[in-house]
Amino acid sequence: MLQCSPHCSIMIHSFSYSLIMAKLKSKPKRSRPTISTASLPDIIFILLFFFMVVAIIQENNLLVKVIPPHASESEKLQRHDEINHIYIGQPSNKNAGTSPRIQLNDAFAEVKDVQRFVAANPQKYSTTLHVDEQVTMGIVGDVKTELRQANALKVHYASRKKAEE
Amino acid sequence: MKRFDNQVNAGSMADIAFLLLIFFLVTTTIDVDKGITVKLPPWTDEPIAEDVIKRNVLSVKVNRNDELLVRGEVVPISRLKERTIEFILNPDQRTDMPRSPRVAVISLQNDRETSYETYIAVYNELKAAYNNIRQEEALKRYGKAYENLNKEAKKAIRKDIPLVISEAEPTDFALK
Repeated sequence: MLQCSPHCSIMIHSFSYSLIMAKLKSKPKRSRPTISTASLPDIIFILLFFFMVVAIIQENNLLVKVIPPHASESEKLQRHDEINHIYIGQPSNKNAGTSPRIQLNDAFAEVKDVQRFVAANPQKYSTTLHVDEQVTMGIVGDVKTELRQANALKVHYASRKKAEE
Repeated sequence: MKRFDNQVNAGSMADIAFLLLIFFLVTTTIDVDKGITVKLPPWTDEPIAEDVIKRNVLSVKVNRNDELLVRGEVVPISRLKERTIEFILNPDQRTDMPRSPRVAVISLQNDRETSYETYIAVYNELKAAYNNIRQEEALKRYGKAYENLNKEAKKAIRKDIPLVISEAEPTDFALK
């Protein structure tokens, strides 16, 4: 390795610095290029598109309002398409009343419809209950009983991961 | 004649593609579900025989005001986890707690008016207690975290510390 005193290294630095400066100064003066803003509208358009699509997904699918409760032991669930989804919550449309309702597929349903719903898809091996945190256990217990009678025993309670303290 | 050299500037294409990528990323994460997995007991018409020994059962009752009763004692939900761990491990070898974690059973009962939020919170604490104990057992036996164990080791731990939560029929004080 090349031995060099601290003084020497400073010299090398100042030398390379002057070299760079010379190179920069030797360039002919040019006007500064402006950043093209032509793509900005596109970007904003895509953002708008994004928010529109996301909002529509939520509104079309859910007839009930579901805010899942927090749970620190939440685990990621397996494949989405192999799971039955049951939604329980207050109807988002005020005309449908304020008491909690069950949603299966795209329509409101009664407790007794749960068994038929689960039996219609025997290849789906588990059920996810998306229940709003404000709902009382009565209706959830009824659905659980129906699931037990339909022998659909693997159940997930949808929840949100708790923010770490 | 003046000629326009019109070329589409492809410089922004990368940005647009990047945004599209973010879009798909975000939309797919919305679909990913998180939850607590439980296995419901099979349906039987006959009432379940109460042949479990009393010392092996930790009864947790939640009333319609979302208050907890653990073995006849009012316990705040924040202390449920430590109570459960103490019950399962029984460090002081007490005679009113199970001899080994293998035989421990948790009996959970709620009211029809209990809020779902509280129910999940209770369930979560019970599950957290078991996860905690399994984690410690994994470190003690294999020196590794439970998630990093292979299937057989996980199975062995699950067999020795089984999570048994039996749910009684919910009470219904609203009608009475």
